[in-house]
Amino acid sequence: MNDTTFDGPAIAVRDLHKSFDELEVLKGIDFHVDAGEVVCVIGPSGSGKSTLLRCINRLEESQSGQILIEGEDITHPDADVDKLRTRIGMVFQQFNLFPHLTVLKNLTIGPTGVLKRDKSEAADYAREMLNRVGLADKIDAYPSHLSGGQQQRVAIARALCMQPDMMLFDEPTSALDPELIGEVLDVMRSLADEGMTMMIVTHEISFAHEVADRVVFMDGGVVVEEGSPADVLDNPQTDRAKQFLRQLDEH
Amino acid sequence: MKNLTPRQRTRIYVVSMYTLAAAIALFVGFAADWERIGRNFFNTEIMRDMFPDVILIAARNTIIYTALSFTIGLVLALMLALMRLSSIGPFRAFAIAYIELFRGLPALITLIFIGFGIPLAFRWSIPGGTLGAGSVGLAIVAGAYMAETIRAGIEAVPKGQTEAARSLGMSKSRTMFSIILPQAFRIIIPPLTNELVLLIKDTSLFFVLGSTPGSKELTKFSRDFMNSAKNATPLTVAAIVYLIITLPLTFLVRRLEKSAAKAR
Repeated sequence: MNDTTFDGPAIAVRDLHKSFDELEVLKGIDFHVDAGEVVCVIGPSGSGKSTLLRCINRLEESQSGQILIEGEDITHPDADVDKLRTRIGMVFQQFNLFPHLTVLKNLTIGPTGVLKRDKSEAADYAREMLNRVGLADKIDAYPSHLSGGQQQRVAIARALCMQPDMMLFDEPTSALDPELIGEVLDVMRSLADEGMTMMIVTHEISFAHEVADRVVFMDGGVVVEEGSPADVLDNPQTDRAKQFLRQLDEH
Repeated sequence: MKNLTPRQRTRIYVVSMYTLAAAIALFVGFAADWERIGRNFFNTEIMRDMFPDVILIAARNTIIYTALSFTIGLVLALMLALMRLSSIGPFRAFAIAYIELFRGLPALITLIFIGFGIPLAFRWSIPGGTLGAGSVGLAIVAGAYMAETIRAGIEAVPKGQTEAARSLGMSKSRTMFSIILPQAFRIIIPPLTNELVLLIKDTSLFFVLGSTPGSKELTKFSRDFMNSAKNATPLTVAAIVYLIITLPLTFLVRRLEKSAAKAR
């Protein structure tokens, strides 16, 4: 992965504030993900959890506070955002594969175009990553010919092809039909097992329970509770977390 | 009438409309001076005289003028669309001013300006004679229209595409050229083809720039032929040749639109 070894947290967010016009969606967030750690962020919609994740690779601009990616502040005006982003794999709710490119091209356009990797080397690695998500036979397919679950697995492989130091998942299974969620979670589980640093915004509570090293519960733009899955999910301390988990159970 | 069923009423309506249409057709058929129409609009002798020049010179020039105008116009339009969407204020302002100006003027004014205004003012004219001045003039106008088409296409590409590309570390311009524009152009092929059809017809405006026997396009060619032959048949021939060029393109647009609708 990255050559320079950095022994601080992979992601460190300090006192982050973010507003959309008048609406303050992040009201001073302190948050971190250690290297090799899997952190699941849960919370009701509108709690700011997706915004926090999108601020981390600066798809959203924050107003104040710091976001350190392996020690480098990505919010700093002089930060080389494009370069920092190559270290951060991103998986979207809507997959966002490039529909005009084949699966192979989707996987190699980053490594060859941005990282200036050799074409055949990038293709070899892409094949390896496709194998890993179980879609080696789809290498020449176009995204529109794949199911939602397959598209999301390709999207994960696309992020992996950049050989990132960490991965961000923004509700990766929320747009999927129920029967397709499992195959995506399986891929994510295997990534977690291999020690990938992961931040996952999700509604899949049982998955979070199983995979997360730490669970963060957000509501109203602040971190309300955090701790081990057993603490936060089985034994929540705040009323807001209790109520949220109870509502999820009812579904 | 009152005790008719709706179905009977519909039938009476349809039958009376057909009868009316047939009556009009019969009247026109008998009243019209077919001999005169045939002699003046479909005179086979004059038609024969027009060949092969109407194809080898006139139609060929129309196609060359169109192709050149379209190519220059497309490049202009792409630059304007990118300026229109730029984060740099003066670029945006320039693009808006340009687009509004040339969409608001008759194309003829622009052509005369390029063909005569500029040479008068600067003692310099665009090289290439009718071909050069006319194509640049039409391209300037077409660029304004196509810029808005391209902009609409760019804006029709989902925002998630930009986000995914930028997340891979791609720069803004790489994202635009390798991710957004290829998708945008796919979306706007039908309206761009429409623009091409409009341009084919607009090359008839080249007449204001004057012409040599070898540089006449379809309209000018057939108008001159009409004047010397004292007969309107050349206009009919020009119309048919225009349709031979434009109708397949129009059908193509319709098919592209249908398949685009299916793909979504």
